[in-house]
Amino acid sequence: MPRTLFDKIWDSHRVGQRADGRDLLYIDRHVLHELHAHHAFAQLEKQGRPVRRADLTFAVQDHTVATKPGRDETTNPTGTAFIKAMREGCRKNGIRLFDVDDREQGICHVVAPEVGLVLPGATHAVPDSHASTVGGLGALAFGCGTTELAHILATQVIAMKRPKRMRVRLDGALGAHVSAKDIALRLIAELGVAGARGFAVEYTGSAIAAMPIEQRMTLCNLNIEMGGRSGFVAPDDKTFAWLEGRPYVPQGAMWDRALAHWRTLASDEGAEFDREVTLDCAELEPQITWGTDPSQVVGISGKVPDVGAIDSNRRAAAESAFAYMGLSPGTALAGLPVHRVFIGSCTNSRLPDLEVAATIVKGRRVADGVFAMVVPGSSSVKREAEAAGLDRIFRDAGFFWGEAGCSMCAGGNGDRGEPGERIVSTTNRNFENRQGPKVRTHLASPATAAASAIAGRIADVRQLAGLT
Amino acid sequence: MQPFTTHTGIAAPLLVDDMNTDQIAPFLPSRSLKDDYKVMLFHRQRFREDGSEIPDFVLNKPQFRSAGILVTGNNFGAGSSRESAVWSMLANNIRVIIAKSFADIYRENCLQNGLLPIVLDAAAADAFIARVVSVDGTAPFTVDLVAQRITGPGGSDVSFEIPAADRTRLLESLDDIGMTMKHIEEIVSFEKQAAVAQPWLQQAVDRRR
Repeated sequence: MPRTLFDKIWDSHRVGQRADGRDLLYIDRHVLHELHAHHAFAQLEKQGRPVRRADLTFAVQDHTVATKPGRDETTNPTGTAFIKAMREGCRKNGIRLFDVDDREQGICHVVAPEVGLVLPGATHAVPDSHASTVGGLGALAFGCGTTELAHILATQVIAMKRPKRMRVRLDGALGAHVSAKDIALRLIAELGVAGARGFAVEYTGSAIAAMPIEQRMTLCNLNIEMGGRSGFVAPDDKTFAWLEGRPYVPQGAMWDRALAHWRTLASDEGAEFDREVTLDCAELEPQITWGTDPSQVVGISGKVPDVGAIDSNRRAAAESAFAYMGLSPGTALAGLPVHRVFIGSCTNSRLPDLEVAATIVKGRRVADGVFAMVVPGSSSVKREAEAAGLDRIFRDAGFFWGEAGCSMCAGGNGDRGEPGERIVSTTNRNFENRQGPKVRTHLASPATAAASAIAGRIADVRQLAGLT
Repeated sequence: MQPFTTHTGIAAPLLVDDMNTDQIAPFLPSRSLKDDYKVMLFHRQRFREDGSEIPDFVLNKPQFRSAGILVTGNNFGAGSSRESAVWSMLANNIRVIIAKSFADIYRENCLQNGLLPIVLDAAAADAFIARVVSVDGTAPFTVDLVAQRITGPGGSDVSFEIPAADRTRLLESLDDIGMTMKHIEEIVSFEKQAAVAQPWLQQAVDRRR
């Protein structure tokens, strides 16, 4: 019987079934971060349970680390205890830690693929809902809670009900300045914030085939924003080329053997999905959120919708969003003055994201009164960007150029906006108060964010003069 | 984790869909390894910047201040996987959430901590919400997991479904790791097999070291 890629990965990792009906799924790579690690270490210590596979477990300091140049673990005082506690837990348990001062420190979802900890057909778990970012390389990844994290540390399996299977087919050539971020926002708008709940989502189609790995990661990163349990793209030659030579990727004869297996990782012709969705990306314009959840999205030339145009059971949420965002129905998004621009996060902080933004920023200045930040997703991204002179472009334009970390995405490191500020942000959540009390967040692509920083207003990057 | 059999408390109506964990358990500037989960719950809905209370928020209304049951809409617990969004409920003695649906990770986190997530179908949920609104905190409801029944003022008993295994886990307060450790031999034999079939998965080595 033809099988989906999801079924192939799941079945080849299924260890057994627990008395409560949950499958036990083997986790090949487990990546921790400091916000939740200490709880899990403390829990295991209390129970006298060891970490079962420290050699398959990795830890990255990301959520609470400061981004200020010259930072250390004390720069953000509320993060210090978290950072130290994870360091101590890793030391005791023999876990490889990407510490604050590590050459390869960064956001866990950026670091893991970069160093080659993510392999096609492998299973991953991270105590963070954006775990499926690494699905862009054909891995099956699951976000989990803290108790589940302790469970995986102790057993190396996750106990889960088998998700249903969804296929999202994305076809068409993307227009100029349109990227995976715009596709994802449009999808979330179409399917809703719970549209993929209970599903593992396979992204496929001609737009995926043409898409660089980093953008595939952006797309898979945002899978959780429509409620998806996991999201991934079948690996192809782009994937293999991207992986080859990375430090934790197999080499030599082992690489050849792995590659032969990875080439079998695709859904079979005729495999059945529980739900199929298609989106034509050819006509897509840059997208931006207007509200307080990631499904409240319009095209950049669009307006805040009228209540009448909103599904009746979403109207109360929309009205609450109008009030919070300080917007009225019918207001055009483009042209709204912005106070802050943030380019970064596990969604959009990889080198190509920064390159796109730099192309737009080059030779221009951030508008007066706008505070604009670029925070690379990892110290490696930062180094590569600096080698290419991108930091110069951003700093000359008046951007803050930070050290790697999660930064303003959730403000866990103290980077946040001031009440009432309007921010164009390349992150993943525009929830109330997420980027600071009463801060108004508009999610958009790096291109739109860069253009908005220059214009001082929400801008249609396609209309910025001098861009081809 | 405390076993769950029955829970009696005032039911508070939180009439929204898609309540996300950033709202339930926000990052606060006072964050520490020993967070005050009682204060964390819905902090920015409950308190202004100056620390004063926002009287309109349901849990700040006199009749719901000691609520033990939360009644809400679709997709409760969307967003971040933070388990503090469950711990902060328990710290406030809220041990039951009745919703039209839950986000996947949030529901798992509830089961891990002895918080009962009850899903009612849309019609039953709407009827129950209307009842809770009309009772307005004047008398408590009792949720009985053994009988799978909600009893209380203003109407007849409401029965609810829950997967048998989840029910057992809550009733017996089963240790999650303990349940899995019963399968340790299967895990070991899986690893042996994987080391032969896909050896690159059973080792993660930095080639530079």
